Amino acid sequence: MKTKLRKSGFKAWLYLLPAILFICAFMVYPLIDVLVYSFEEGYNSASESYLGIGGYNYSFVLHDPYFLQAVKNTFILVIITVPVSTGLALLISLGLSSITKLKELYQTVFFLPYVTNTLAVGLVFMVLFRKTDYAEGLVNLLITKLGGQPVDFITGPYWAKMTVLCLYTVWIVLPFKILILTSALASVNQTYYNAAKLDGASKGRIFTRITLPMISPMLFYLVITGFIGAFKAYSDSVALFGTDLNTAGMNTIVGYVYDMLYGNSGGYPSYAAAAALILFAIVLTITVINLAVSKKTGGRIGI
Amino acid sequence: MKKRDDPATLATALEKKTRAADVVRKSLIYLLLTVWALAVIFPFYWMILTSFKSYSAYSDELVPKFFTLTPTGENYGTAFSAVPLAKYFLNTLLFTVATTLIMLAVSILAAFAFARLEFKGKDLLFTLFLSLMMIPNELVIITNYQTVTNLGMRNTFSGLILPSVASVFYIYLLRENFRQIPDELYKAAKVDGTSDFGYLVKVMLPICSPTVVTITILKVIECWNSYVWPRLITDDQQYFLVSNGIQEIREHGFGRENIPAMMAAVVVISVPLIILFLVFHKKIMEGVSRGGTKG
Repeated sequence: MKTKLRKSGFKAWLYLLPAILFICAFMVYPLIDVLVYSFEEGYNSASESYLGIGGYNYSFVLHDPYFLQAVKNTFILVIITVPVSTGLALLISLGLSSITKLKELYQTVFFLPYVTNTLAVGLVFMVLFRKTDYAEGLVNLLITKLGGQPVDFITGPYWAKMTVLCLYTVWIVLPFKILILTSALASVNQTYYNAAKLDGASKGRIFTRITLPMISPMLFYLVITGFIGAFKAYSDSVALFGTDLNTAGMNTIVGYVYDMLYGNSGGYPSYAAAAALILFAIVLTITVINLAVSKKTGGRIGI
Repeated sequence: MKKRDDPATLATALEKKTRAADVVRKSLIYLLLTVWALAVIFPFYWMILTSFKSYSAYSDELVPKFFTLTPTGENYGTAFSAVPLAKYFLNTLLFTVATTLIMLAVSILAAFAFARLEFKGKDLLFTLFLSLMMIPNELVIITNYQTVTNLGMRNTFSGLILPSVASVFYIYLLRENFRQIPDELYKAAKVDGTSDFGYLVKVMLPICSPTVVTITILKVIECWNSYVWPRLITDDQQYFLVSNGIQEIREHGFGRENIPAMMAAVVVISVPLIILFLVFHKKIMEGVSRGGTKG
């Protein structure tokens, strides 16, 4: 019996071995190493040597105007796209759940952006929104038709670039949110609605008293994952404005990390590590705040 | 006048009113849904349309046209001949298939050990695994970049594939599914003299095939669209994936700015996933709502 157990234990480790090897090499070791990197001052990629240990990398990153610009861009993106996309997704899901005809067709169409290549469709958005000397672009055509002044959304003023980045981000993240909210709405027990109807409750009351509390866990889930996802925005911005995001003034925190690592401004893994850890700290803080808020409001609804 | 006071007529009038309100509400809902559906479809329509316009016709349009009377396939020729699009395509295919297969093998074996086998420290190890799910990719990618560079694996497929294999979340998903299979089956298989591995392949995998399919689909989508890691690890066009290829086309293009050819390339790299989606849309949407996270 004992030998059998030991044999089985050995076998289990054999089954686990590939996973453990991959995870140690590419997740656990890097995690420790990134901390080490972030405190090694004056690290030289070529000679793999450093001058000393300390917090200089953090202070460099926090005083770098490119990083501050990236933080500003990321926060604006988060503050605009998370509420807008969640609200829009809720509206669309409510619409979807109240129809029967063509429902599946709409659902399928709405999900399409999820399976598309962000970089590829970003090019299409760029073509639609930009304005060059010899072509107005479709969006500007519409703006002029409506009596506005044409704007170059791709290389023009900051607010215009931010607008198109927010629009594209919402377009990309909406499918996931619609999918989750539609299935959350479908799983609300029908008897609650029937009871409310018997009591003669109005539609608005049914929504605030039954629908909203029942789907609120999923809404909070979407808000939390939405925050995390938006803080990690990068490829949307690359798709629209190209790889040189610092010059375009549209870099994000993740973009800053990668630029420090590689490319024309790269070769500074220590700065990249410090910036990545700052990002991690921001995301962790926001997530903890979100969880605390959701617990509080969740309790209130329960009462 | 008198007729109006009749309660029966009043009731039908009221009913008519609510029915009219219902019709208005329904039409508003369909209007909203249709507007968003158009917003989703329009970029796809525009990229296909532009890809069929000839370069000179496109350049002459100061005001963009919504249709073309003289569609041409020349842009697709340019897209394949002026840039190594076919090469990018094959690279991505190879990367996607290899990464997904290795990931499946590694995850299935590990999930089987966690779900079915007994060993010391199982719970502790599983908890450690789970805690790794919180670690964002951005943190580990810095060291992985240095590791792969130091090993001289830049611009190789192993450098691209190996760091993309590990996925704690898929191990977790599989393990949960494996554990739902009743113990009796395992005991019966043992009595029949089936080995553990035989049991895994012949009994567990067929029962859990929906989860395996879900994971495969999610990983394929992820691989096909991956951009950041390939960009860091390849600067030789021979090893570019489609995302990097598109970025390269955008920045260095076709010698001149050739939007129709660019759109043809975009269509070519978007089509495989869209076909995959149209065929498996139920499975994909089901899978994503079970285990997908994006945005």
